[in-house]
Amino acid sequence: MAHDSLYASPQRRPGAGRGRRRTAWVPRRWDAALVSALLLVVLGSALLVDGFATGRNAQFLLLDAVAIGLVALPMTLVVITGEIDLSVASTLGLCSAVMGQLWLSGWPLELVVVAAVALGAVLGAVNGVFVTAFGLPSLAVTIGTLAAYRGLAFVVLGDQAVADFPGDWTSAAVETAPGGALPWAMVGTALLAVAFGVVLHATPFGRELYAIGSNAEAARFSGIPVARRKFWLFVVCGAVSGLAGVYWTLRYASARADNGEGLELAVVAAVLLGGVSIFGGRGTLAGVCAGVLLLGVLRNALQLADVAADTLDIVTGSLLIVSVVVPNAVAMARARLARKDRHEGTHERKFG
Amino acid sequence: MLRSDRRGRRRGGASRVGVAAVAWTALLATAACGGTTRDENAEPEDRGGPTGEADPDAPLRDDLVVAFLPKQVNNPYFTVADGGGETAVGEFGGEYKESGPTEASASSQVSHVNTLSQQGTDVIALAANDPNAVCGALDSARDAGARVVTFDSDTNPGCRDLFVNQATAEDIARTQVELIAEQIGGEGEVAILSATPNATNQNAWIALMEEELAAPEYADIELVTVAYGNDEDEKSFQETQGLLRSYPDLAGIISPTTVGLAAAARYLSGSEFQGEVALTGLGTPNQMREYVHDGTVESFALWDPAELGYLAAYAGAALASGQITGAEGETFTAGELGDYTIGADGVVVLGPPTVFEEGNVDDYDF
Amino acid sequence: MTALRARRELGVLLALALLVAFTAADNSRFLSSQSIRDVLLSASILVVLAVGQTVVVVTRNIDLSVGSVLGLTAFATGKLFVAAPGTPLVVAVLAGVGLGALCGALNGALIAAARVPALVITLGTLYVLRGVDHSWASGEQINAADLPRSFLDFGTATVLGVPVLALVAAAVLLVVATWLGSYRVGRELYAIGSEPAAARLSGIPVGARVFLAFVVSGALAGLAGVLHAARYGTVDATVGSGMELQVVAAVVVGGVAIFGGSGTAYGAAIGALLLTTIGSSLAVLRVDPFWQQAAVGGLILAAIGLDRALAARTARRAAARSAADAAAGQDAGRRGEREATHGS
Repeated sequence: MAHDSLYASPQRRPGAGRGRRRTAWVPRRWDAALVSALLLVVLGSALLVDGFATGRNAQFLLLDAVAIGLVALPMTLVVITGEIDLSVASTLGLCSAVMGQLWLSGWPLELVVVAAVALGAVLGAVNGVFVTAFGLPSLAVTIGTLAAYRGLAFVVLGDQAVADFPGDWTSAAVETAPGGALPWAMVGTALLAVAFGVVLHATPFGRELYAIGSNAEAARFSGIPVARRKFWLFVVCGAVSGLAGVYWTLRYASARADNGEGLELAVVAAVLLGGVSIFGGRGTLAGVCAGVLLLGVLRNALQLADVAADTLDIVTGSLLIVSVVVPNAVAMARARLARKDRHEGTHERKFG
Repeated sequence: MLRSDRRGRRRGGASRVGVAAVAWTALLATAACGGTTRDENAEPEDRGGPTGEADPDAPLRDDLVVAFLPKQVNNPYFTVADGGGETAVGEFGGEYKESGPTEASASSQVSHVNTLSQQGTDVIALAANDPNAVCGALDSARDAGARVVTFDSDTNPGCRDLFVNQATAEDIARTQVELIAEQIGGEGEVAILSATPNATNQNAWIALMEEELAAPEYADIELVTVAYGNDEDEKSFQETQGLLRSYPDLAGIISPTTVGLAAAARYLSGSEFQGEVALTGLGTPNQMREYVHDGTVESFALWDPAELGYLAAYAGAALASGQITGAEGETFTAGELGDYTIGADGVVVLGPPTVFEEGNVDDYDF
Repeated sequence: MTALRARRELGVLLALALLVAFTAADNSRFLSSQSIRDVLLSASILVVLAVGQTVVVVTRNIDLSVGSVLGLTAFATGKLFVAAPGTPLVVAVLAGVGLGALCGALNGALIAAARVPALVITLGTLYVLRGVDHSWASGEQINAADLPRSFLDFGTATVLGVPVLALVAAAVLLVVATWLGSYRVGRELYAIGSEPAAARLSGIPVGARVFLAFVVSGALAGLAGVLHAARYGTVDATVGSGMELQVVAAVVVGGVAIFGGSGTAYGAAIGALLLTTIGSSLAVLRVDPFWQQAAVGGLILAAIGLDRALAARTARRAAARSAADAAAGQDAGRRGEREATHGS
């Protein structure tokens, strides 16, 4: 394959020479803008929307954001290397189904949870093998496993819904820290987010991921084991999706084969809104966290304000489009301005 | 050059993590501050919970907020049912609203229940996509003072106050078996075209139909398979094709779901099997009118979803006004539908299903 | 390169033949004329979408919004007939195609003018158009009774035993495949997908061509929406949900490289036919319906794996040949290598 990155738009390749320096400010500005937008939306909702600024509502909002937030973390890393994993929601569903089946057959729940996460890792490894060992495009591979894993989930659990999980486990999934606003599940997600953030932004490993995403060929030449890095990212992505499957099962107290259906697009939308470039090589974890929360807060606030569900789709989609069009348009305008400046500069020199 | 670039990026990374931390803290602080205010003014007033005393003579309150939460918004069946609810709410003078997910998935209703409870809704009328997934949210909504009435599809009885059943499962199963037996002349192979494999009500009806078919008078009727059209038009259409191809001697199809019945009827009406293979099930007159008139379908059954929503609204209002607590044997009046008595497990039954055929199908509009 | 492509399409065709033969051996009714008609009818909408998707994918882009475009135009067609029951069929088709083209133009303009990735934009318009569809419909359902008889007949009619919808799909396939394969603009789309920078250097108006590809994909999704309304007669806001992944799967199974530059509309159409046939034959074979989706997933993985293996083999051969031809000049060898890469 000539290009490792995804849909490189024909007009522009990332990290190509000077263009990269000129637009390097965009992601930094974007995640700052996103965090400000998030704060604004939170403040605005607290002032304008009845019932938004309560501990109970914060609990609801954050609980809804946990699954997307969890899966978005490894997805960020995968997209930064220029790959994508569309099978995450099906992995979540299959892990949930297997969890139900194992629980039915009498395994202790501790072991069931470990097995579900391990299964997630294995499913991720399958994606990783297809992508790295066979050199297949991850978009196509994970569309394939999206169908395959979801199908297997139905094969495993069929039409059943396993619901008799012990009450102390299911209530633990929604329990909050003292104060009643912050669910423990979100605390865990936040800790994991910090861990991912440190790995991505403060370790050589993280820098390698950016290098791979910017230019895989160059990364390979500079001695980075590109295939191995990508493989392990897929494994982590699968394992975290498995973990999200465990959370989903316990939170809704029901293991079903259709759990989390369609979540992959919501996760990808949050990651892209967070400013991660689909070409790879750019994006920050802070931006993605802000993206996840922004979508969650908007959804919650609009729902509280009795805005119909279809409007939420329109808002989500528009935000996604704006998230790529605006920074790009600004960058293009800047570039044109810079070119004009330079042009005028030489002009003056010539005549001055 | 490269090194300084890299260091710059690392610093940028750290500051970005810092920004994120600030954002999180701010969000949580907002939430936490809110937490204290909520405790001050959102104390749920006591309206006589399930443990309280019923006062059969209490008037219906006229300040109730009644919310309908269908399996899926923009689903025509629930649009009609919720419309019935709106009529009822208009009669007793409360505030009506409809809120729900665009996809009928088990978990998608949870955030809507949470929102409704957060809005201080008095009555939540819910058609559940899964008997357990919404339970946690419903419990917390009831703790916050909401009354929960389920309709069409129940949750676990512990999670709601009342279930308004469209017809007993036995009635539904019996009616459909009677209709198909009549149409195929009491003998032959029949198949069932259901919705999703884990639809609670579908599976209950199918189990009862199997029981019914085991009776001696249906000894010559054999149920050969259950196919699943997932309540998707196209899938149901394809499954009908598959049934007719796999079972050449098929005499009839029962489709206890409106989507499945309409799709199967459309397939039959355009195929060589029209009039040869009998079809019945649950469907709406508007969708089936054409196929009844062109001879594809002789008769089918359904309750009036508008009446279902109407009854659910009145039941919720009676609960929230303290007329009833949801205990067995209590009675309440549901507007022009008359009096209803609560049965075992807090179930109120709307009545036996209506059978639609050539003679009466044009009298209904839903 | 052409030999490889032909072999690739032959492979999918062979898989299709094997599947049909196996199913027919189990149940001869699978080959009855009614049954073949059913499969053709079911496949025709997916074929139209897959052909449109091919045009976009060969330019190294993707259109995820097709399911939403289909849903929107299907509903619009229904509304058109409700508002003006006397609308001639041709006008309805043109209106649907026009609306679809408009949606495609929106995608294309954003992608080509604002220079942003297609995956992100079309994921965005997937949500937006679906939301528009939902709020427009707001619980309304168009039933067969609302549509004129002539329009519904168009959905089920046959000519010499072949469904009209299948003929429409075949005509679309023929036109688009010829356009892509034999006309300059079509070839330019492949060039863009193979090597965008080189395409631009050689003077191809890349932005305009990509824009055009999205308009074509949108227009065909619009046509598919009209066909859907005619065939199913019942239209609500959920029509076409999730269809985008099915379409991409059909295209990939049919041998269109997801990174552009290679693959034909014929391949994509056979891929669509194969996916539809799997659905029908598993139902006929009475395989647990739960296995169906897993089988489709396995098929996609097998198809892209096969593509890779074929490409690798051709690349090895080309390399060997170029080594042998070294004396004849390096130019030929380099060309062979490049072709092999594009074949992947």
